[in-house]
Parts: sequence; C-alpha cells; structure tokens
Amino acid sequence: MAIIPILIGWPALMALLIPCLPARWRGRAVYLGAGGVMVLAFLLLGAWLQGGGGIVSLCGAVPFLDHLMLAGEFALMALIVVLSIRHRKYPVVLLSVGQTVLMAWSELTCPVESATHLRLDCLSMLMVMIAALVGGLICIYAVGYMQGYHQHHKDCQDRSGFFFSMLFFFLAAMFGLVLSENLVWMYFFWEITSVISFLLIGYTRTEEAVNNSFRALWMNLLGGFAFAVAIVVASHTLHTVQLGELVADGATIPVVLLALAGLTKSAQLPFSSWLLGAMVAPTPSSALLHSATMVKAGVYLLIRLAPAMANNMTGMTVAFIGGFTFICASMMAIAQNDGKKVLAFSTVSNLGLIVACAGIGAEETIWAAVLLMIFHSVSKSMLFQAVGSIENCLGSRDIEDMHGLLLRLPRLTYIMGIGIAGMYLAPFGMLISKWVALKAFVDADNYLLVIFLAYGSATTMLYWTKWLCKLVSLHHTKAKVVDATHGDQYLSMYIHAAATLGLCLLFPLVSSAVVTPIIEELYGIAHEVLSMSVLTTMAIMLVSVLFVPSLMFLLTRSTHRDYVPIYMGGVNEGDNTYFTNSFGEPEHLYLSNWYLRFEFGRRRLMRPGVIVSAGVLIVMLCVIIGGAV
Amino acid sequence: MKKLAKSPWLLHYDASSCNGCDIEVLACTTPKYDIERFGIINTGDPFQADILLITGGVNSQCEQVVKQLYEQMPNPKVVVAVGICACTGGVFKDCYNIKGGIDTVIPVDVYVPGCAARPQAIIDGVVKALEILEEKRQGYREHAGKGES
Amino acid sequence: MMPVLSVLAYLLLAPLVGGLLDGLDRRVSARMQGRQGPPMLQPFYDIKKLFTKQMIAVNSVQMLLNLSYLVFLAVAGSMLFAGADILMCLFILSTADMFLVMAASSDSSPFSTLGAGREMIQMMAYEPLTLLMAVGFYLATGSFHVGDIIRQPHSAVLVMPGFLLGFIFITAIKLRKSPFDLSTSHHAHQEMVKGITTEMAGPTLAVMNVAEYYEMVLMLGIVALFFLNEHWWSWPIAIVACLVVYLLEILWDNAAARVKWRTLLDSCWVATLLTGGLNGLILMLVR
Repeated sequence: MAIIPILIGWPALMALLIPCLPARWRGRAVYLGAGGVMVLAFLLLGAWLQGGGGIVSLCGAVPFLDHLMLAGEFALMALIVVLSIRHRKYPVVLLSVGQTVLMAWSELTCPVESATHLRLDCLSMLMVMIAALVGGLICIYAVGYMQGYHQHHKDCQDRSGFFFSMLFFFLAAMFGLVLSENLVWMYFFWEITSVISFLLIGYTRTEEAVNNSFRALWMNLLGGFAFAVAIVVASHTLHTVQLGELVADGATIPVVLLALAGLTKSAQLPFSSWLLGAMVAPTPSSALLHSATMVKAGVYLLIRLAPAMANNMTGMTVAFIGGFTFICASMMAIAQNDGKKVLAFSTVSNLGLIVACAGIGAEETIWAAVLLMIFHSVSKSMLFQAVGSIENCLGSRDIEDMHGLLLRLPRLTYIMGIGIAGMYLAPFGMLISKWVALKAFVDADNYLLVIFLAYGSATTMLYWTKWLCKLVSLHHTKAKVVDATHGDQYLSMYIHAAATLGLCLLFPLVSSAVVTPIIEELYGIAHEVLSMSVLTTMAIMLVSVLFVPSLMFLLTRSTHRDYVPIYMGGVNEGDNTYFTNSFGEPEHLYLSNWYLRFEFGRRRLMRPGVIVSAGVLIVMLCVIIGGAV
Repeated sequence: MKKLAKSPWLLHYDASSCNGCDIEVLACTTPKYDIERFGIINTGDPFQADILLITGGVNSQCEQVVKQLYEQMPNPKVVVAVGICACTGGVFKDCYNIKGGIDTVIPVDVYVPGCAARPQAIIDGVVKALEILEEKRQGYREHAGKGES
Repeated sequence: MMPVLSVLAYLLLAPLVGGLLDGLDRRVSARMQGRQGPPMLQPFYDIKKLFTKQMIAVNSVQMLLNLSYLVFLAVAGSMLFAGADILMCLFILSTADMFLVMAASSDSSPFSTLGAGREMIQMMAYEPLTLLMAVGFYLATGSFHVGDIIRQPHSAVLVMPGFLLGFIFITAIKLRKSPFDLSTSHHAHQEMVKGITTEMAGPTLAVMNVAEYYEMVLMLGIVALFFLNEHWWSWPIAIVACLVVYLLEILWDNAAARVKWRTLLDSCWVATLLTGGLNGLILMLVR
C-alpha cells in the first residue's frame, strides 16, 4: 500500500514540474504524467486485489501531515483573499476566512485523535480508477486541444503550462479526497478542488469568466463552510472526525451539514448556476472537473452518507432536492442551443438523479447511483471532448451549426452519437440504472420522485433526440470543414467510446463485480438487484442493437435506389440547399431545431426552481437541526 | 375493377387554374362522390403518389415545378390533365405567360375536358388512368426484372 | 414454450391484425362521414402496391433507419408478448420511435424536419404516462413482468381505471389520431404535407406502415393487459375491450379537430397527472 502516497504525489510532482518546462517538452511531460497516473492506479488496484480487496485502513497518527495541511489551508485562504480583494469580491473573503479560522480553532482547542486517516475500499477504489483513467485520458486530450484552442482564441493569453499544472494538481487532490477517511483531510482536499475549479474557470480572464469563477467559488465555499461546521460539531459533540464512525453513529447535524456540502459540490438546485457558468472554461477542464470527476466528489460523499440518510428527514430532503434538480435541469436543457450548455444542464440533471438515489439510501438506489456514476463519467467526458473538438473545427459549439455534421466531421459525429446514445437509449447503462432507480423509488414509497423521474425522462429524451437528429441530417453544404482534431484527442475519445460500448456489453459483470461489493461494504448485505433473466434479455437486446443494424446496413447498402431532390413544394433550385422564394430569387434553406424557449427557457424556470429548492432546503435544515439540538 | 390497380394515390396540383376545376376535384372526395371507394387517397405528396392530377395550363413560373413534381414521383405513374386549360391551355392559350397544356411539359396519359370538369368526368378520367397505370405497372415490372437479371 | 409461440404469433400476425384494424378504421370513419369507404382489405392492397413501386430516395440511410424502426418495434412488441418486463418494453418502444424521428431528420427537408420536431414533442407528451403506467402495474400486481401481471386473480383495471383512461388518451398519439395527429396525417390537405413521411416513397413507406401495424397491436396488447387475469374468460373480455378502445379512438378521431403542439403537450401532461398520477398515488397509499 506504499503506492498510495506515490499515487497522490506523482500528479502533484508533475503539477509543479510542468510549468517550469519549456513549451515544446510540455506535451510529452503531460503524456508521461497521465500515463504514470494510470499505471499507478492499476498497480494500486493490483495490490489491493492481491490483498483480498477488502477495507484497508492506513496512515495512523501523523501529526506532521496534520500540521502541514493546516498550513496548506491557510495558504489557500491567503490565495483566495488576495484574488478576491483584487477583483473586489469581498463577501468571498468572509466565507474563506471564516471557515479556515473555524477549522484552526477546532483543531487547536479540541484535537481529536484519529486511528486512520486514509481508507481504501471498493467505493474509493472505483473512484480512484474513474479519476485516474478518465482524468488521465482527458489530460492527454488536453495537449492537442489546448493547441487548437489557442489557435482559435488569439485574444486569450496562452497559459497552458498553468492549465496542465492545475489539471494534475486536481488529480492529486481528487485521489486524496476519495481516499480520505479523516474528515479534516477530506476537507483539505475538498477545498483544493474548489480553488482549482475557480482558477480554471477564470482561465481566459475575461469579465464573464472572472464573474463566473467567483460565483463557483462562493457557492463551493458555502459548501466548504458547511463541511467545516460539520467537522467542528462532530469533534466537539462526538469526539470523532472519522467519516465511517459518523455514518455508523447516524449523528444528524454533521450528516445534514455534510450533505449540504455534497449538494453544493454536485451543483444541485439552488446551487446549479455555478456549474452552468463554469462552461466558459476550456473544454478539458469542463470534462474533468465539471462533469466526470470533481462534481462526482459531492455525489461520492452523499453515497458514503447514504446509510445514515435512509428513512429520515435528511434523506428525504436530499432526495427531493435531487429529484427536483433532475426534472428542472432536464427541462431547461431543452431550451439551450449551446452544445456545452446542454451538456452542463444534462450533467446537473443526471447528478440530481444520483443524489436522489443516494438520498433514498436503500440498497437498490445505491446500486443505481453507483452505476449511474460510472456510466455518466465515461459518456459525459466523451461528449465534452467531442464537443470541444467540434468547436475547434467549426469555430462554434452552437448545435444549430452542427446541422449535417455527419457529412462534414464523420468521425467526431460517430463519437458524439455513441455518447448521446449512451446517455439515454436502451440498452445502454444509464437507462438500465434509471429503470432500477424507478423501481427503487416505488419500493421506497416516494411517489413524488416517481413523478419527477417519469416527466424528467421524457424531457431528457427530447433534448438528446433533437441533438442527435441535427447531427444525422444529411445536408450537403458547400463550406468545407477541416478536421483539426489531433491524434491524441482521437486516442482519448476512441478509448472512451470503446469503454462506453464495453461497459454496455459487460453490464452484468460490472454489476456483480464492481457494484455489489460496494453495496456489501456499505450495508453489510447485498441482494441481486437485477434478476438473471433480465440480464439475458439485455444480452439479446445488445445483439439486436449491434448485429441487426449492421446486417441491415449491409442489406440496404446493396439495394438500388434512384435519388431525387427533397420535397420543397417543387421549387428546389437544382439541389437541396436552395429554393425559389416568392420573389423568384434563390433562398438558402435553413432548418432549425425546436427549443421551446418560452416554455422551458432558463429565464422562465431558473428562478422558480431556485426559490422552491432554496425554500425547501432552508426550512428542512431548520427543522432537522432544530429537531436534533 | 379486379384487374385494375386497387390503391391509386393522387397528387393534385394546381398549375394556373382559376380554381374552378380544383373545387370539382375536392368535390370528388366528399361523401356524394366518395372517391375513396376505389382506394384512392389524395396524398398531396409526390413521393407517395401514383397519379398526378393537374388543373390549369402551364405558365412560365410553374413549369419547373411541374417537371420537378413529376420527377419526384416513383414509377409507375400516370398524369391526368383535368379541365380544358390543362388539356390545351383553354381560353388562356395565347396569353403571354402561358406555355399551353400540361403535355407541353410532361407526358399526359388522360385528358379530362370541361370548364369546369364535372366530378363524374374526373372520376371517370381517374378510372381510365388506372387501366393505363396497370399497363405501365406490368411494363415496369418486366423492365425491372430485366434490369435485375 | 408458450412465450415462443406467442412471440411468433405476434411477429407473424401483427401486420395482418393491424392491417385489418386499419381497414376497419377507414371503413368505419367513412360511414361516420356518410361515405361508403374503401374495401376492408384496402391497407393490404396499399402495402402490396408500395412494395412494387420504384425505389426512390433522397439519401442512403433513410431505408436503414426505417428498418431499424420496424425491428425495434417488433422487439418491443415481442417483449410484451413474451411476458417480459413491461418497463423495458416501453423503453425500447421509445428507442424505436427515435429511429423514426432520425429517419425523418436525415432527409434534411423542411416538412419532414418539422414533422420530426412534432414527433419528438409527441414522444415527450406521452412518455410520462407510459412510465407511470408501468409503475401502476407494479403497484397493483407486485411485478413489472407481463407474465406475472396476467396471472393475477383479478384484472388490473379494477384497481387502475385511471391509468386505463390516461392510456386511452395518449393512444390517440400513438395511433396517429386527431386531435393529436401532428407529425403526419392520413387525411388530405394538412398544413405540412405528410410530415415525417414526406420523403418516404414506395418500399420505405411500406416498411413504415408495417411498423405502424406492429405498434398498433402492441398498444392494443397493453390495453388487453389491463383486463387479463388468470381466468380464461378474461381473454374474450380483453379482446372486446381492445375493440371498444379502438372504436373510441376512431370516434374521437372523427369528432375532434387537430390541436396545436402546445395544447397537445399541456393536455397530455395534465391528463397524465390527473389520471395516472392520482391513481398511482392512491395505489401507493393503500399498499
């Protein structure tokens, strides 16, 4: 288990090293760093499996590291204070200073001995693997992407050394976060991820980017503040800062505060706006931090807390917020025509579903939550990368501009197609997990969530389908598009695509070998959620999905057809792109998607959504904390 | 009727008609004449039509449209010119913008004269067209068979 | 053995049954309008004709996507008739519909794209009720499996009449009946030619029609699910119920004008909440 410090240390070392290297070596250093992270993660997996694969507790009393972290927290605070004062965002200073002082006071006045600081079990191993593999691939992708990005954005200063450094720093913090058992340590890593997210959102240093980055910062710091208060309360009343003991004890106030921190991190309503604003950042950071891993940290914490949230008010509140976010975000996604915005809303929406599952806290729902997390990480990271690459080729990420992309950028379109299919179509994993979630909500007697899920699935389907339709419209345009995507970008995306399909094919295996042990660790027992006959059906369906279309493709390809122009009332101007208008002049055909802005627009739904969710959250927090005191 | 085509679908196009014949064409679908008895449907879509029913003479603006609609109809197909204008150009024959009857642009199989053509005459014309359609179908099938072998 | 037989029967007979029902529909509609109407076998003449027509197309993938639509509908229907999971069956049904929408969008033509957009709105309108209905069956019978649902001592409709009402409401969308026939039309002179089927000609359209027949039988199969129980006499009752529901849809088709998409969406979502939503809530409370 000596690998763990190396696993955390290696990306941190790379993060320090990369900005010092000359620009031409940077790419190779990133490959080396990312490859190293993946190899280390596999080594850890091997060592852990060889050791029996159970719960491994590590790192006893290490006062030196504790003090180092306290110093680190003060350094982070200083950084935030300096930047906030420079940009005149004074309330942020209060939040940051407040929580750091609170933590320091607590550690000095009421020191709590911890038996273990790190802990490796199935869930954290899974998170490590997701962070290492998805994260590593995204770093590789970023090398090519950032070159293209700066060719397009000449006005933006090239700080890619800083950018890669932050990505690796983030990976180190993420490993630390998921491996921490001690809440003080977890809090430290939690704060690092918040600050890195803040720095990356502000990468371009435009006014919009700076404002959005501060919004992300204050919302995450609010969560961090709740985290800090939870630690203080736990250490003063329960004399423990171990997450496992806290959950076993079921202490209401720390659990609800930690859950609040989890909600802010995973961008649930009323805190969703920070994730939507985070889309101004370069795409690799959106992929890594704002969809595949960092926001999953919030969900990870909630899953850890799930046994303590089963059948109580905290769980009900969390489940409501999650379900409500699921339906609101999926409705608002309909009205977006910016590709990354759609992905952001979809991320918020899917996180909402996972949060709702965690809030219910039953075995079945956790099963669904973990699977959703796996599938969502892979598919969404791939979609972000594809949209980023398309943006570098087209100079736009407007979905309207992707009309007929299948003919212009076929390879990227296939990748997008697999990603979109993976997000909502039968028989891909997201849908199966949704199906189990639906059953679990019924079993938990939570009818409101059933309604949310039923309506939310319908709206989810609309925004994905219309995007997919835009891609497959076979519209021949005269404008030539050059595929400017680099080889390393394709490498990353191909592996993601293969993983999406592979996870779908190996679904039963993933369920039994990965998810069941996690449930066993959290609950002591695990029942088979899917019966085997259903899995057989799945296999049959998969065959039908893979074989039938390819067979039909071969069949229909050989049939003879006579091609005619499309029907435009008989007034086509020779080809399918122009028609004769009422003045007798040629007019370009322009087909737009449906966006239903008046019905589902962000302007119409965001404010009511925030008000309802904030109201529920505040009232329930008062009720829960008041009831527990 | 047994040997005739049992499912002829119509595309009704108004080239430059005064709407007199068009009213009569629509009258054919009403309960009194009930053209659907013969399985005839007024589709309004060239891709799905077997019979192109045109009223009015061809003018310079709709010439291309008529050609394109005819081209977009799958074989076998027939054209019925309804009303005297569609047959020959009628009273508008010598107008500066009129090319003449439909047969100046595309081949016409059945001519239904009248100003306006009566519904009975239109149905009669369509039923005549069915016989021609059946012949063309045989011919098309043989042709397609040859093409395959 | 039974599931295999019933799936085979579905795959072979559904187009026949669907065609006959369509013929009946056209004849009854004509009589309602004071017309004689086409012969009962007219749909089969139509399909036969379509298969003999020239294969014209606007692109190379439309036929592929239409065939996928057909295959997925057949798979969804087979799952229902094999007694498998009803929720999965409904999920595949929407996957199938998605292929139809993609087939229409692939033309990149104004009318079919407009139709595709409306079809998506229709899917969004009916999907909540189908999911809630599956939940309703689960609450009423304790299982999502069709095989278990039809082996209950009492018919499901006794405890879930609201769901049946809601399902009849949204079946008008699936059967492409007025007032919810927005994306395509069997009637002449509508505002966007033939909607999603505008560029489908000859064999492509025939494939689409056969798929619609599979879908029709699937929808009526779900109606039957409300009435079936372990007693043999529930089967004739279910068949009669299906016919009654079908005739109700025809009546509605002829009595109502086409609505706008906004009305479609609002009315379907509200009706879903009032019928299925309330019924499901009651079922959950008394459980």
